[in-house]
Amino acid sequence: MRSNPADYELAAPGTLQEVLTLYGSEPGSWLPIAGGTDVMVLYAAGKLLARKLVSIGNLRELRCIEVTSSEVRIGAGCTYTDLRQHSVIANEFPLLVQAAAWTGGIANQNRGTLGGNIANASPAGDSLPVLLVYDADLILISARGERRLPYRTFHTGYKKTLLDPDELIHSICIRRNLDGYISYAKKVGARNAQAISKVFLAAVARVSNATVADVRLAAGSVGPIPIRLRRTEIALAGQPMNTSLLETARQVMAEEIQPIDDIRSTARYRTTVLQNLLGEFLRGLPGARIAS
Amino acid sequence: MTPLLPDHAKQEISFTVNGVPRSIHAYPMARLLDILREELELPGTKEGCGEGECGSCSILMDGVLVNSCLIPALQAQGSTIVTIEGLAKDDRLHPLQQAFLECGAAQCGICTPGMILAAVHLLEKIPRPSLEQIREGLSGNLCRCTGYLQIFDAVAKACRNEVAE
Amino acid sequence: MARSDYGIVGTSVPRKEGRDKVTGTARYVDDIRMPKMLYGATVRSKVPRGKIKGIFFSPDIDWDEYIIATAEDIPGKNCIALILDDQPCLADGVINHPEEPVVLLAHPDKHQLAKAVEAVVVETDPLPAIYSMEESERKKEIIWGTDNIFKTFLIEKGAVDQVWGQADFIVEGEYFTGAQEHLYIENNGMIAVFDPIAGITVWGSLQCPFYVHKALMVLCGLTEDKVRVVQTETGGAFGGKEEYPSMIAGHAAILAMKAGRPVKIVYDRLEDMVATTKRHPSRTRHRTALSRDGRILGGEIDLTIDGGAYATLSSVVLSRATIHSGGPYFWPSIRIRSKAVATNAPPHGAFRGFGAPQSLFAIERHMDRIAKAVGLSPVELRRRNFLQPGQTTTTEQVIREPINLSALLDKSLAHAGYEEKKKNFSLENKTSHVKRGMGIAAFLHGAGFTGSGERYLDSVVGLEGTADGKVRILVSSTEFGQGTNTVLCQIAAETLGIPYECVTIAQPDTTTVPNSGPTVASRTAMVIGNLVRSAAIGLKQTLQLDGILDQRYTPEKFANACRNYVEEKGVLRALARYTAPEGIYWDDVKYKGEAYAAYAWAVYVAEVSVDLTTYAAKVEDFIALQEIGKVMHPVLAKGQIIGGVAQAIGLALYEKVLWQDGRMLNGQMTNYIIPASCDLPSIRVIFEEIGNPHGAYGAKGIGELPMDGPAPAIVNAVVDALGVPFDSIPLLPEDILEAMVSHSIAKTVVVPAESAR
Repeated sequence: MRSNPADYELAAPGTLQEVLTLYGSEPGSWLPIAGGTDVMVLYAAGKLLARKLVSIGNLRELRCIEVTSSEVRIGAGCTYTDLRQHSVIANEFPLLVQAAAWTGGIANQNRGTLGGNIANASPAGDSLPVLLVYDADLILISARGERRLPYRTFHTGYKKTLLDPDELIHSICIRRNLDGYISYAKKVGARNAQAISKVFLAAVARVSNATVADVRLAAGSVGPIPIRLRRTEIALAGQPMNTSLLETARQVMAEEIQPIDDIRSTARYRTTVLQNLLGEFLRGLPGARIAS
Repeated sequence: MTPLLPDHAKQEISFTVNGVPRSIHAYPMARLLDILREELELPGTKEGCGEGECGSCSILMDGVLVNSCLIPALQAQGSTIVTIEGLAKDDRLHPLQQAFLECGAAQCGICTPGMILAAVHLLEKIPRPSLEQIREGLSGNLCRCTGYLQIFDAVAKACRNEVAE
Repeated sequence: MARSDYGIVGTSVPRKEGRDKVTGTARYVDDIRMPKMLYGATVRSKVPRGKIKGIFFSPDIDWDEYIIATAEDIPGKNCIALILDDQPCLADGVINHPEEPVVLLAHPDKHQLAKAVEAVVVETDPLPAIYSMEESERKKEIIWGTDNIFKTFLIEKGAVDQVWGQADFIVEGEYFTGAQEHLYIENNGMIAVFDPIAGITVWGSLQCPFYVHKALMVLCGLTEDKVRVVQTETGGAFGGKEEYPSMIAGHAAILAMKAGRPVKIVYDRLEDMVATTKRHPSRTRHRTALSRDGRILGGEIDLTIDGGAYATLSSVVLSRATIHSGGPYFWPSIRIRSKAVATNAPPHGAFRGFGAPQSLFAIERHMDRIAKAVGLSPVELRRRNFLQPGQTTTTEQVIREPINLSALLDKSLAHAGYEEKKKNFSLENKTSHVKRGMGIAAFLHGAGFTGSGERYLDSVVGLEGTADGKVRILVSSTEFGQGTNTVLCQIAAETLGIPYECVTIAQPDTTTVPNSGPTVASRTAMVIGNLVRSAAIGLKQTLQLDGILDQRYTPEKFANACRNYVEEKGVLRALARYTAPEGIYWDDVKYKGEAYAAYAWAVYVAEVSVDLTTYAAKVEDFIALQEIGKVMHPVLAKGQIIGGVAQAIGLALYEKVLWQDGRMLNGQMTNYIIPASCDLPSIRVIFEEIGNPHGAYGAKGIGELPMDGPAPAIVNAVVDALGVPFDSIPLLPEDILEAMVSHSIAKTVVVPAESAR
């Protein structure tokens, strides 16, 4: 343990309003800590720059899941276990439940939060490509009020987001409009569980008459931020699902990602495997006639 | 060099540990793991990595398995905690402890407290887990000695014994 | 060879210290606190090599609160006494590897130490460093001795220079193994207490109390009776706590002597991973001559291991690697040249298998390469070359036991369903994108110290009767999960005919136990177990000769006799000292003769799948079949094999140490990947027992054996699945992809030059 607890302040006001007031009174001075599965690792390594922390893990207001006819609104403080146990999420947004099941071991799933995963903004966050294909919106909140924005605009660069210094993520909204969509997600890590992703592909698609009617693809760990593969989507949309389509899509995909060689894997591996995952996804669509 | 904050920055933090109400005076960012091992003198919970990877520090907090190395003391305020020391009732071992002994699931023993608590948590959620479910339930607890298979045997045996009882 | 009459040896009695472990009452070093204890930390070099210009202490810290120690504070000799004594305890004027210890600090508040460590700056004038075996051999820089070479061996048998002309086939291959981190879940830790009259006492996580004892005598300039070493419950070791504990004990001792207060040093995971020992990386070159029908005529083996910056145990690791490099085969002639070389990395050290996994990986991969070249199946090639009783090994040791490797092979293959699976896979592989393969490894592992090593160790074991009628074993052999306590108590109980519950074992403490040698080399059950048996017989005879115990007796009578004898005479103790078996001959210069008193033999079979979507190799099924003399405790024995196989699966497929300028980059559990609960396949363990005249109740060593076979079996299976050669471990998915791209099997990535990066 390379930090001295005596050097740190941790405030735990009981309500969201008190947290926002504190947070807003000294923007940028307080680091929110929810489940602690990211912050505490930095802290133990002696790498936590912040000295003042505010606990948001205990806020009831951030830990509810609201289901309306048009959308599900997930509180940012919901843990991965909360997601896995919610029947509507399990039924309608299975990729989110899958991503939650792939995030760390059980103990970390019991503490880590969806909001934390988003705010931490690692390109390797497992939930993030899933939220991109689900076209999620975020509700951000501060003492000044609330605003809603599309999640796909949220990440602006490596570990940089649109969060203002006095803002917290309040909830994640996912529209219940995926009837008829086939979904797919695959995480490739160094081992079967409790591993940081080397490459991740999330996809949802609607198929009609053996063509791709609509497709959304998102990838993790292939660039500084999790990304929607828009150019690949365009290359696929409206096309019959045959071998030459896959070849084209693989090529376009390789051009729109920016993987690197790092401590976990190589750029070539990430690109090739992501392409293979795309192939696996397309081959699994009804009506696809794609050679192996 | 004196710390940046004066000692009165320590706070009163109260919770229940193994059925006993405890109250400590601690920095809010002290790790729950260190509080258990030092202030509360319950060193059964171990530190293997300090980064939430090995699970040796696993405990039950409000009925849920957590890595105590990643929890600031203040966030444990008012909670109910169970550590390995709280499992056996007087001299009677918990069925999982008994099964671990019989199946060779503990070799060096350092991962054992966390592993047993992870198994306790698993069986509370899934009383008769499949092998796949056992593997998943223990996926956050690393063991370097056993190769896991005898741990799986122990968990399976404990379920059978519990059903038999 | 004794039979197990009472059924204690050979059954799965409760682990002696098991209850403490499952209730959380077992006390590991970091669970122990002493009054007025300080916490210690180590300032380490940030450069790989250089001359120390000065040590600067930042004015931001109130250094009066700290105990500070450098090389100048060492009372005795500044070295960690081991074999060559070249490794300093604290760097003095010169740095030879990253993370080399330079300054020690102690303070009452452990939370302040990290900042204090960062506030000490060791200024160095860098010197050029070398990081690979090739750079070392090339003598790009001389960093150790006159030629960077810690040790060499040469083994010659027969007339190897003549076989090349007669050979129908000559097959060459080069094989690599990487460093491996032990990753025991309990980090290294020590507590030292100093008293000006009593001397130094250390408590800690360790395998070899008397190694630490000797090192502290030298370091602290104290006589034998002024140093005391006590082993605390040890949370995993695997060789990583064979020699390293002398270093951390030395550090704690120096601080304790200067402070006049107890000092505890416990590493965190990062420090333990980057600063302590790892498995020696290796490179083995084979050149083998064979006849038309696939029989080995002779060969040359050239083996190099990377020892890191100081000699430490490299000569002994090299010895075992060299002796095992021919595998379980008959070599009519052979020349084995081996060397251990220096690089500017933290010294590499003992790790389960101790050189054998490295050289056995090479020979078993090479056998598959040979099989392909000569047109035989991997099964048949091995069958034609297995050692038979009466034949000699590469060191000309005659195989005297009735081992039938061909029968072991058949049995192992049958359990694995080898033939049928091979047939099915070759069909399925044509169309499936998941390729499957089967791989074999046949191997042996010598138990005990090499050659005259056991004679040199001169181990002594004690057994005493207690006032309450029980028996207590006195050994320096340590428990760290592998079952020392349990197996030795079983042997004593069995020999005496008393209940297992009536035998205890003393905590290893150099003031109260005799030196039964280190707990390494798979020697404990076999060698020490035999001595426990002798001491038990001696104890029994003492009572019988005294007339208070009959030739035949009940446990109650024995307990009474013990009680009465102790009450009357004060002490009831029997000692047994190692005597070498008859007819064992070893030439240390020519490296010829009986290298080991006993070999365990094994044939492992791996079934592997490689998913060409992710290029990840996965072990689907595993057969671990071995002949181990006698199964002393079925559950423990099975646990040793499964645990060793799991660790070797890690070595083969998961565990890569990433180096940058001699320093481990991935020193966290997040980034150094070991197999976890979802990664292990079913591992079926089968034991054969042909006994061992030199081991207690027929025991041979088994602790290290399971580390030797899985990696080559798995890589052979991957090669079988993909038809592409792999000769280096760890074999990661990225490596498989690269190889397949080179062999034009995978689609290459075509990225236009204009694409933005």
